[in-house]
Amino acid sequence: MNFGQAIIEAIESLNANKTRSGLTILGIVIGVAAVIAMLAVGNGAQNTITGSISGLGSNLLFVFRGNFTEEVRNPEYLTQADADAISDPFQAPSVAMVAPVINSNLEVTFSGEKTTPTINGVTPSYQQVRNMTLAEGEFINEEHILGLASVAVIGTDVADTLFGHRDGLIGETIRIEGQPFRIIGVLESVGGSAFGSEDNVVNIPITTAQTRLIRRASDRVDSILVQAASADSVSQATEEISEILRYRHRTKLGADDFTVFSQQDFVKTAQTITNVLTIFLGGIAGISLLVGGIGIMNIMLVSVTERTKEIGLRKALGARRKDILIQFLTESSLLSLLGGVIGIGLGWLIAFIVGKIAAASNTQLNPVVGLDAILLATLFSTAVGLFFGIYPANRAASLQPVEALRHE
Amino acid sequence: MTDWVIETHNLTKIYQMGNIEVRALDGIDIQIERGSVISIMGPSGSGKSTLMNLLGCLDRPTGGDYILDGIHVGKMKDDELADVRNRKVGFVFQSFNLLPRQTSMANVELPMRYAGIIKGRREKAAQALQAVGLADRMTHKPTELSGGQQQRVAIARALVNDPAIIMADEPTGNLDSKSGKEIMELILNLNKTKGTTIIIVTHDPVVAEQTQRIIRLIDGKVLAEDGIA
Ligand SMILES: Nc1ncnc2c1ncn2[C@@H]1O[C@H](COP(=O)(O)OP(=O)(O)O)[C@@H](O)[C@H]1O
Ligand SMILES: [Mg+2]
Repeated sequence: MNFGQAIIEAIESLNANKTRSGLTILGIVIGVAAVIAMLAVGNGAQNTITGSISGLGSNLLFVFRGNFTEEVRNPEYLTQADADAISDPFQAPSVAMVAPVINSNLEVTFSGEKTTPTINGVTPSYQQVRNMTLAEGEFINEEHILGLASVAVIGTDVADTLFGHRDGLIGETIRIEGQPFRIIGVLESVGGSAFGSEDNVVNIPITTAQTRLIRRASDRVDSILVQAASADSVSQATEEISEILRYRHRTKLGADDFTVFSQQDFVKTAQTITNVLTIFLGGIAGISLLVGGIGIMNIMLVSVTERTKEIGLRKALGARRKDILIQFLTESSLLSLLGGVIGIGLGWLIAFIVGKIAAASNTQLNPVVGLDAILLATLFSTAVGLFFGIYPANRAASLQPVEALRHE
Repeated sequence: MTDWVIETHNLTKIYQMGNIEVRALDGIDIQIERGSVISIMGPSGSGKSTLMNLLGCLDRPTGGDYILDGIHVGKMKDDELADVRNRKVGFVFQSFNLLPRQTSMANVELPMRYAGIIKGRREKAAQALQAVGLADRMTHKPTELSGGQQQRVAIARALVNDPAIIMADEPTGNLDSKSGKEIMELILNLNKTKGTTIIIVTHDPVVAEQTQRIIRLIDGKVLAEDGIA
C-alpha cells in the first residue's frame, strides 16, 4: 500500500464525517493559532524593546547611582565632577564623550495650552551621545551652559500639544513652571519606545536646570551617559569608568555604589524578560494545543471502535499490522496538519489584529510571525497528531481479525 | 499420491468462557484435494464458522496442526498469516463485508493493494468485475447495489489475487433464492474455469448437493462424509 493512496483514503474517511473531523481540527486550530499569536506578540514586544534601546544612541553606557545587584548603604550621588573625571582622556581613553543629565517631569505651558513632558538638563554632548537630529534650529551649546541661558530644544509631541504644528517655532517663548524659555530647536521625531514617547521631552541647559528648575544640591546629576570610542571598547570603557568612580567614591574595597550599564546589558536584560514572557505565553498556548491533541485521540478511538469490522475485513484481505497503523496515523496526522495550517493562518490574523489595536492605541508593537514559529507549529501539531494517534492506531492494528469481523 | 490443498490433524478450538470450556472444534482430521468443491454442513453452533475461520487463517487453533497449500501455518506470526490470507485465500462472507464508502472498483482493488501490486491493478480489478457480470457497476458504491450485486463484488474481490482456495461462509444466506442460485453458479464456475478449490459453509441442502463432497459437523466433530471422499 503506497503513501499517496493512504492519504487519499484518509481524506475520504475524514470527509465521510465532516462535522466530527471539523470539530477535531478546530481544537488544533485554536491551539496552533494561540501558539503562533503568542509567539508573534512576544517577538514583537522584544523587537520593540530592543529596538528602542538600540535607538537611544550607539556604543552607549549608562551610569546610575546605587548598586542594582547588591545592597549598598548611602550610595554617593553622581556629580558633575564625576562626569568631568570620566571625560579625562588620560584616565579613560576608551571614552569618547560624556553627557551628565538631570531630569524631572515639569509643567510646560504656552498661551493656555499645557503639558507635562520630561525636562532634561543636558550639555551639548547630549545631542551626539543620544544620536539626536534637529528638524529645525540648533541644539544647546557651550555659551548657553555658561550663561545659564533660558533656552529650550523641544520634542515633536510637545510642539504638537502646545502649538498644534511643528515648524516655525524658533523664537517662541514657552513657560516651564512659569519661567520663560525661548525655543531654539525642534527635534526630529523618533517615535515611541519602551520608555514612553521619546518625543515628549524638553531639553534645556543643565546649568539652567540646576539653578532654576530642578534644583539639585551642589553639582549633583541624576545619571551620566557615556559614549564609548567604538563598539569594541565598550567593556574597556566600563572598566575605566568603574575604576574612576571607585576611586572618587572611595569604595575600592566594598561593593560599588554605582552601576555602569551598557546598551547590550539593557538589550540582554530586556531579552531575558521578553523571552520569559514569550515562553510563558507560548506555554499556555501550548497547553491548548495539547488539549486539541487529546481531542484527536478521543475521536480516533471512537473511529477505531466504529470501524472495528472494517479493520477486521482489511486484515482478512491481507492487511498487515503496519498497513492498519499507517491508515490510522495518516488520518490523525492529517487532522492535526490541517488544523496546524489553518491555525497558522488564524494565528497570523490574530497577530495582525493585535498589531492594529496596538497601533490604534499608540503603542509601538509589531507582532512578528517568524518562519521558526511556523515551522515549530507545523512540526508540533503534526507530532501531536502522531503522538495522540499512536494509541488508537495501535489498538486498531492489534485487533484479531476474527474478533474484529464478528463486531457489529 | 493425492495433492491435498488442506490437511488438518486433530485440529481443536476451545473457547474459555469464564469457568466453562466450549469445545467448538474437537479433533478435526480432514484432507481436501486441490481443485475440489466441498461443503460443510451441520446444525447451528456445530462449529462450521469456527472451522472456516481456522482454515482461512483468520484465527488460531487451540491445538492440532494445519497445513495449507504445503505451509505449516500453526506457528506463523500475525503478519505472516496476513500474507497467507492475502495470497492463498479468498473470502466470501454471508454479509458481503464491502467497504461502504468505496466503489466496487476500489473494493476489488483492496487485496491487490495489500499485496503491494500497483501496476495493472485497475485492469485486473476491472477484469474481475467483468467476470462476475458487473462491468457496468464499477463506480457504484455498495449502497447503490442490490444484495446479489454486492455479493458479486465480494466474489470479484475474492478471486482477484488468484487464490488457491475460496472460502464462503453461507454466501447465499442473505440472498433471495434467485440471486442465491446465480451466486452459486458464479462460485462453481470459478472451480470449472480456474480450478480453484472451493469450500462452502451452508445450511441449504440444494447448495450442498451442487458440491462434490459434504463434510458434516456435529458438536465440533466430523460426523460423516458424503460424496467422493
Ligand atoms: N468467540 C467465541 N467465544 C465463545 N464461544 C464461541 C465463540 N465463537 C463461537 N463460539 C461457540 O463455538 C461453537 C461453534 O460456533 P460456530 O462455529 O459459530 O457455529 P456455526 O457456525 O456452526 O453455527 C458454538 O457453541 C459457539 O457458541
Ligand atoms: Mg456460522
